[in-house]
Amino acid sequence: MGGLTELGWDTVRLTFRRPFERKAFLEQLDQVGVRSMSIVIITAAFIGMVLALQTAYALADFGGKLFVGKVVSLSLVRELAPVLMALMVGGRVGAGMTAEIGTMKVTEQIDALRALATNPIRKLIVPKVLATTLMMPVLTTIAILVGTLGGMLIAVVSLGLSVNLYFRSVITTLGYNDLASGIGKTFFFGFAIALIACYNGLRTTGGADGVGRATTATVVSSAISVLVMDFFLTKLFMALA
Amino acid sequence: MTVESIGNAGPPEGIERRSQARDVFIEFQEIHKAYGEKKVLRGASLKILRGEVLVILGGSGTGKSVTLRNILGLERPDSGRVVIEGEDITDLPEEELYRVRMKFGMLFQSGALFDSITVAENVGYPLREHSKIRGAELDEKIAEALEMVSLPDAGKLMPVDLSGGMRKRVGLARAIIMGPDVILYDEPTTGLDPVTANTINELIVELQTRLKVTSIVVTHDIQSAFHVGDRIAFLENGVFQWVGTMDEARRAKHPTLREFLKASNVAAAQPID
Repeated sequence: MGGLTELGWDTVRLTFRRPFERKAFLEQLDQVGVRSMSIVIITAAFIGMVLALQTAYALADFGGKLFVGKVVSLSLVRELAPVLMALMVGGRVGAGMTAEIGTMKVTEQIDALRALATNPIRKLIVPKVLATTLMMPVLTTIAILVGTLGGMLIAVVSLGLSVNLYFRSVITTLGYNDLASGIGKTFFFGFAIALIACYNGLRTTGGADGVGRATTATVVSSAISVLVMDFFLTKLFMALA
Repeated sequence: MTVESIGNAGPPEGIERRSQARDVFIEFQEIHKAYGEKKVLRGASLKILRGEVLVILGGSGTGKSVTLRNILGLERPDSGRVVIEGEDITDLPEEELYRVRMKFGMLFQSGALFDSITVAENVGYPLREHSKIRGAELDEKIAEALEMVSLPDAGKLMPVDLSGGMRKRVGLARAIIMGPDVILYDEPTTGLDPVTANTINELIVELQTRLKVTSIVVTHDIQSAFHVGDRIAFLENGVFQWVGTMDEARRAKHPTLREFLKASNVAAAQPID
């Protein structure tokens, strides 16, 4: 934990120190954001559709159809989109980062960077952590939009609601607090996922086997961290609201 | 003077005279380094003279590469001091070590090329990081460095396209492009066929002649050691057990060193003290 905190502090410190690795940062925005788009869209669309179906089923006795827009949007914004996107992106992006840095570590490329008087944290870690921290809210926002549309599809096609009624329900339900809480959490998730991934990569030892172990450790520990952080951040945002 | 005292008290008499003529560039003072329970260096002391080629010889796992990593500050000793040109670097923070590392070029055992960029980008990396040289001038410097390691046409290749020997040569081109004062070679001939290994040895000698640098070569390859070295420091049980010139090494009495040399038909028939 001490090592992770130290890496986190060095990363934050070096983020604001020149020279900034602009090219590496843009590459990471592409890697983390653009290339995660397909899994985000597919995941969010189906979550929205399933939520609509389940809501209508569970609340059938109370005229559940009318609550579909409300339940889908509120669940997506406050919990499902931030957490599930963090888990999905954490799995994809985090594993990739650990594998990349871990391979560089076991093939002495990290040592070569240091030997060439370059700081590997500035060169490798800062662009990854910054890009993930900034892209998680963007991906989550897209997931909320796509999920809401997925819910609408079921609401209109299967449940016979009008588009107008569905969206009126969504808009009247969601408040600034819901958006702030849902999106706000994802900055922390992004930072934690990338930091854990990079930390495990830098600690990798023992060749290809070690890279495999480090990658698995990243997927597990980033998922657990997201779930634990979600609880405390939700409490924090509720208190702030 | 016993064999142990030679290693730990500094070079023997003849070498001491040389050290007065050529100043000490790097000094290792009573270095201890352990990994968990395993003690690798146990009070190793050594003086490396400016302009010489010192070969650190020893069996596998004796701490040869650890010695190099401690010189560069890539690892820190548990106790003891590392002194470079009179400056104690043992406790320098990582960011201050970068200034010291600018004096060094290091050839890693595997080459350690950055595999996401081309050979030319690898070679030019230190200049892009630490100088304002760009464009045609940078290309010229890269071409010059690649020419020096006899790979003039490899610039556009990716590291994955290179053989083991080529990777080491590119690693060497990257190590020398900033014009370092010291070149560190970590097992430069390990894993290479004899012809390629010989090419690397020739290259080390040629670079030494052309660049007039101080070189430290870590190896367990005796043929390579005698091909390139001015002096040998023999590392065993975590200390430099024997330090001397190549001629002295041929006639050395130290049993393990002698065994090492005998295995490669380098030891003289009659050992001397």
